[in-house]
Amino acid sequence: MTDSKYFTTTKKGEIFELKAELNSDKKEKKKEAVKKVIASMTVGKDVSALFPDVVNCMQTDNLELKKLVYLYLMNYAKSQPDMAIMAVNTFVKDCEDPNPLIRALAVRTMGCIRVDKITEYLCEPLRKCLKDEDPYVRKTAAVCVAKLHDINAQLVEDQGFLDTLKDLISDSNPMVVANAVAALSEIAESHPSSNLLDLNPQSINKLLTALNECTEWGQIFILDCLANYTPKDDREAQSICERVTPRLSHANSAVVLSAVKVLMKFMEMLSKDLDYYGTLLKKLAPPLVTLLSAEPELQYVALRNINLIVQKRPEILKHEMKVFFVKYNDPIYVKLEKLDIMIRLASQANIAQVLAELKEYATEVDVDFVRKAVRAIGRCAIKVEQSAERCVSTLLDLIQTKVNYVVQEAIVVIKDIFRKYPNKYESVIATLCENLDSLDEPEARAAMIWIVGEYAERIDNADELLESFLEGFHDESTQVQLQLLTAIVKLFLKKPTETQELVQQVLSLATQDSDNPDLRDRGYIYWRLLSTDPVAAKEVVLAEKPLISEETDLIEPTLLDELICYIGTLASVYHKPPSAFVEGGRGVVHKSLPPRTASSESTESPETAPAGAPPGEQPDVIPAQGDLLGDLLNLDLGPPVSGPPLATSSVQMGAVDLLGGGLDSLMGDEPEGIGGTNFVAPPAVAVAANLGAPIGSGLSDLFDLTSGVGTLSGSYVAPKAVWLPAMKAKGLEISGTFTRQVGSISMDLQLTNKALQVMTDFAIQFNRNSFGLAPAAPLQVHAPLSPNQTVEISLPLNTVGSVMKMEPLNNLQVAVKNNIDVFYFSTLYPLHILFVEDGKMDRQMFLATWKDIPNENETQFQIRDCPLNAEAVSSKLQSSNIFTIAKRNVEGQDMLYQSLKLTNGIWVLAELRIQPGNPNFTLSLKCRAPEVSQHVYQAYETILKN
Amino acid sequence: MIHSLFLINSSGDIFLEKHWKSVVSRSVCDYFFEAQERATEAENVPPVIPTPHHYLLSVYRHKIFFVAVIQTEVPPLFVIEFLHRVVDTFQDYFGVCSEPVIKDNVVVVYEVLEEMLDNGFPLATESNILKELIKPPTILRTVVNTITGSTNVGDQLPTGQLSVVPWRRTGVKYTNNEAYFDVIEEIDAIIDKSGSTITAEIQGVIDACVKLTGMPDLTLSFMNPRLLDDVSFHPCVRFKRWESERILSFIPPDGNFRLLSYHVSAQNLVAIPVYVKHNISFRDSSSLGRFEITVGPKQTMGKTIEGVIVTSQMPKGVLNMSLTPSQGTHTFDPVTKMLSWDIGKINPQKLPSLKGTMSLQAGASKPDENPTINLQFKIQQLAISGLKVNRLDMYGEKYKPFKGIKYMTKAGKFQVRT
Repeated sequence: MTDSKYFTTTKKGEIFELKAELNSDKKEKKKEAVKKVIASMTVGKDVSALFPDVVNCMQTDNLELKKLVYLYLMNYAKSQPDMAIMAVNTFVKDCEDPNPLIRALAVRTMGCIRVDKITEYLCEPLRKCLKDEDPYVRKTAAVCVAKLHDINAQLVEDQGFLDTLKDLISDSNPMVVANAVAALSEIAESHPSSNLLDLNPQSINKLLTALNECTEWGQIFILDCLANYTPKDDREAQSICERVTPRLSHANSAVVLSAVKVLMKFMEMLSKDLDYYGTLLKKLAPPLVTLLSAEPELQYVALRNINLIVQKRPEILKHEMKVFFVKYNDPIYVKLEKLDIMIRLASQANIAQVLAELKEYATEVDVDFVRKAVRAIGRCAIKVEQSAERCVSTLLDLIQTKVNYVVQEAIVVIKDIFRKYPNKYESVIATLCENLDSLDEPEARAAMIWIVGEYAERIDNADELLESFLEGFHDESTQVQLQLLTAIVKLFLKKPTETQELVQQVLSLATQDSDNPDLRDRGYIYWRLLSTDPVAAKEVVLAEKPLISEETDLIEPTLLDELICYIGTLASVYHKPPSAFVEGGRGVVHKSLPPRTASSESTESPETAPAGAPPGEQPDVIPAQGDLLGDLLNLDLGPPVSGPPLATSSVQMGAVDLLGGGLDSLMGDEPEGIGGTNFVAPPAVAVAANLGAPIGSGLSDLFDLTSGVGTLSGSYVAPKAVWLPAMKAKGLEISGTFTRQVGSISMDLQLTNKALQVMTDFAIQFNRNSFGLAPAAPLQVHAPLSPNQTVEISLPLNTVGSVMKMEPLNNLQVAVKNNIDVFYFSTLYPLHILFVEDGKMDRQMFLATWKDIPNENETQFQIRDCPLNAEAVSSKLQSSNIFTIAKRNVEGQDMLYQSLKLTNGIWVLAELRIQPGNPNFTLSLKCRAPEVSQHVYQAYETILKN
Repeated sequence: MIHSLFLINSSGDIFLEKHWKSVVSRSVCDYFFEAQERATEAENVPPVIPTPHHYLLSVYRHKIFFVAVIQTEVPPLFVIEFLHRVVDTFQDYFGVCSEPVIKDNVVVVYEVLEEMLDNGFPLATESNILKELIKPPTILRTVVNTITGSTNVGDQLPTGQLSVVPWRRTGVKYTNNEAYFDVIEEIDAIIDKSGSTITAEIQGVIDACVKLTGMPDLTLSFMNPRLLDDVSFHPCVRFKRWESERILSFIPPDGNFRLLSYHVSAQNLVAIPVYVKHNISFRDSSSLGRFEITVGPKQTMGKTIEGVIVTSQMPKGVLNMSLTPSQGTHTFDPVTKMLSWDIGKINPQKLPSLKGTMSLQAGASKPDENPTINLQFKIQQLAISGLKVNRLDMYGEKYKPFKGIKYMTKAGKFQVRT
């Protein structure tokens, strides 16, 4: 009597027989037939031909039969939309049924039928069900809104279902709240811009109340939703944390991890001096450890997240090293993750234990795991200096086992140890040399050759060793060939007498017999170096090398902070921001940790953001000192950041001719600039020059002095805006603005290094643009930019570059290069930087030109809310090179006639109508090139309103 | 949320598919098969597999892969937890979870899956509620259904679904009211060559079987609650009460459930009840190796160790073993190289041992790796952490229930390195 009977077929043809049974009069037979149909469906057989017959069975009192038919409908309605209409009536009727189970079932099933025609009929029943007296129906209806939104988003918005759904967040039943949150979150995901989950302290409170009472799955939805909220201060953050903490003891690991996410994020706002902060840290460890005793699949996800947590707050798990020890029957994916975390947690205190474990792992069966374990020993040596010696001796023990892949891996990591601690462990070289013959992997061979070359003076038979490699030079991989070339050159420089022949041989092999351009070029470089100036060659080749950094595999801090906001999601498993892999690249909103609020107890004042700074707007996490400086400057100037004319977009544009144009050539020029003439005008000099230059009337001069506190000259300077966020440029953040002072335009840049490594070799290049803007000097960053350092640079510009009309007109595409990569961004420059000083037109000339320009070139604009009088307007504009030529008073209105000239010689004439007492001005612009009018108007707005 | 579910057996056949949104073609599983091929063993298939348009999250249990398909950013733990819940539910419904059983009950399986998720959102995952909605098949019910034409689908809204205690249905009645609690502790440990403990931790659970009439409100207190500093509770436990008084206060679900699980990791609290003396040696020159292990009791608090089974994966180079046990039976599979020795009880006066020789591949060098010994055992009437229940009280109902508590210690992942 099992269901397997439904799979048996008869000779007559299954479909035919089923059809007959479905139309049988006997209820029991019908039901059995539907079950057979469902069974076929589950294994992927196509039974859609039976659609009308199955739908006929729908009108029944038997709930099981009804459910089965519904199951069938959901699967096949899409392929038979016309037939599906037949079912609508029954659905609508069932939505009115006295039994809430049936009402819910009907509305639930209807939502799953992805046929447009049906969705129209769905709206009315859905509206009723959303307000149903029974919470079970309401919670089902909430999910149904999400389904409907997936099918027809417009319909959902038009019908106002989103608002109803938002109301359900305040429902009395926690299950309804949870489902409403889940539905809203899903809808919000496909519409990142819509502000659906508008969280405020009241709604947060409701969510927190519902959190305690709803199902485990509901708790996950609510916690994930809470994580998107930014508390207004540290008190609110603390009170939310307190109410979320009990979730850490939940049996469902997903609830635990979501709670961890909320806590990790809000902790950012708490002061480290708070007792509560310490308590919270202590509470986080046990649940994370418990996650590791769950099923391996759960462990894997937990470990990937713990990897992030350990990087962000190593103190949480620093005493829990042992739980990450590998059991031999863990799945390989768990083993590798555990190993990674072990290295991150390794410290002087536990290194002995860790090493003993790693040595144990190196004798396991799985080759990948063994290799990683050996590598881990090397990483420990580099990370924990005190342990280096032990690590080296452990590695030597492993080399003695003579297991081929262990030996090779060990040699690769010993090379790294040498690079970290030069001239310390060369006593082991003899042992390494013994294993020379067994090395067959390129990486290991290259590592060994590097060691021989680097320590050639201490290895008696270095020449013989290297010579032995040289025999099969052409069969080696490029990596080994390059290394061999360098090693022999090093050897030659150290022992020139005996090795002349050898170096000749390798140079000719590399330059004449190889078709690999890298190898050939390196060969030529060495050759020329050696032949022109052996002393210089020695200085170059045997120069002291920088030590390798402690940990090379840490995640960049900005990315790490973003990922912390994504704990428990796929992003945390892949350690990539969702924008990097989410399907279709729907404009994913970047999440960021909240800035620590300036609380009175806080001692870390340099780290705290100024009170009132908009939280969550900036892509960076805790503003570094450089930002603070920028912020302070902004405060001087007026309202913070985001000035309208400097709207930036970091659009990734194609590499256009920016690269071709030769950042490389720029690079070549750079060394000359270093230490040479200094193009960057120091601000003090500029001020002096400005004061000396007679511009305009004395009145406006005075005006300049009073207004120009932070600006340096009369021309209005917008506050710096972030042009290139660190996230898009591997840690380099660029913000900037444009200025015009005494006839010269410059681009004021602020470069901040938010990466872990030092940045050098900066260069900048503009794409062709509407007004031919181009850098007048190379970008000069005098010292390498170390992590977390900020540098301010003023880059002089000229307008003699090549011209290409851009859309919009004032768009400027910029490429910036450093030692890491080339980055592109584009920005809009305010047009007034192009207004030249000799833009004052003669009166007669003005009249003539005004008449001359056809009327269709005249454009009118409104400047609103500008409470200045004509005098002030005139002087303010004049400081930005918009000159008032005449002033008339017509019927109580002040008419200002003004002119300005752009760098490319285009004249723009303006008539500004000001009515005393009315803050709205009317601006009429006339110009032979009317496309600039819009931007001139924007310049007017910007100048007048700042 | 969760789009679809595919059940795949170990030979790579998709034997069941269920879609909660639009239908996802089963060809998406090809990516899974690729990963499966790459992983040498079924256990090593990575649980998260990206494909160009979907993500495949899988769990492997009872030799079946449960593969969930998701399209958007969904918490992977949520999906994996849910999949495990599906497996638990199947087991609960059908006793075992295997391909033939699922095929035999395909309609019930389908109905249950439909109840568990709606549009990919979890709907009813509590076994209590599910069983009210869809009754589990029993032979008796199948017979009755066939005769009377009634169904196995409940037509009433499950009462617990929306109450403040969603885990318990109302109107429960029993003639014998009883509440049993099992304290089960598993020791996970790694012991090194010399016999010293590298890591040891206790994973404990309290499983309950409560059959009480009405709405009983129970409190359970411990002699030494301080042991429990890392705990996960069933949703029924009142967290506040635990925080302030260290007392478990709860309205229990009806039937079997896990009241709490806990974790004791402080090294000094974890007693190791057995020791293994081993001498496994390979010699370079000879093709014979020596093998000898002895198992003995250590800190057992006077209790007997039962059900002892020793297993060990021998190195590939071992061709065969010729061993004599002092008690119990042993087997060695020359193909998988798995040695298994079923000892039974340990008699402290006469320690069980297994001695003999291993024949190695002639001429080959001695194996690189040393075998790890896996131990299983049970100790009745003992919670190795020392956890003791003080008393169990019932409020809210008038009758006197029958109460019982049982302790047991087992080996979890107990490994001895050689």
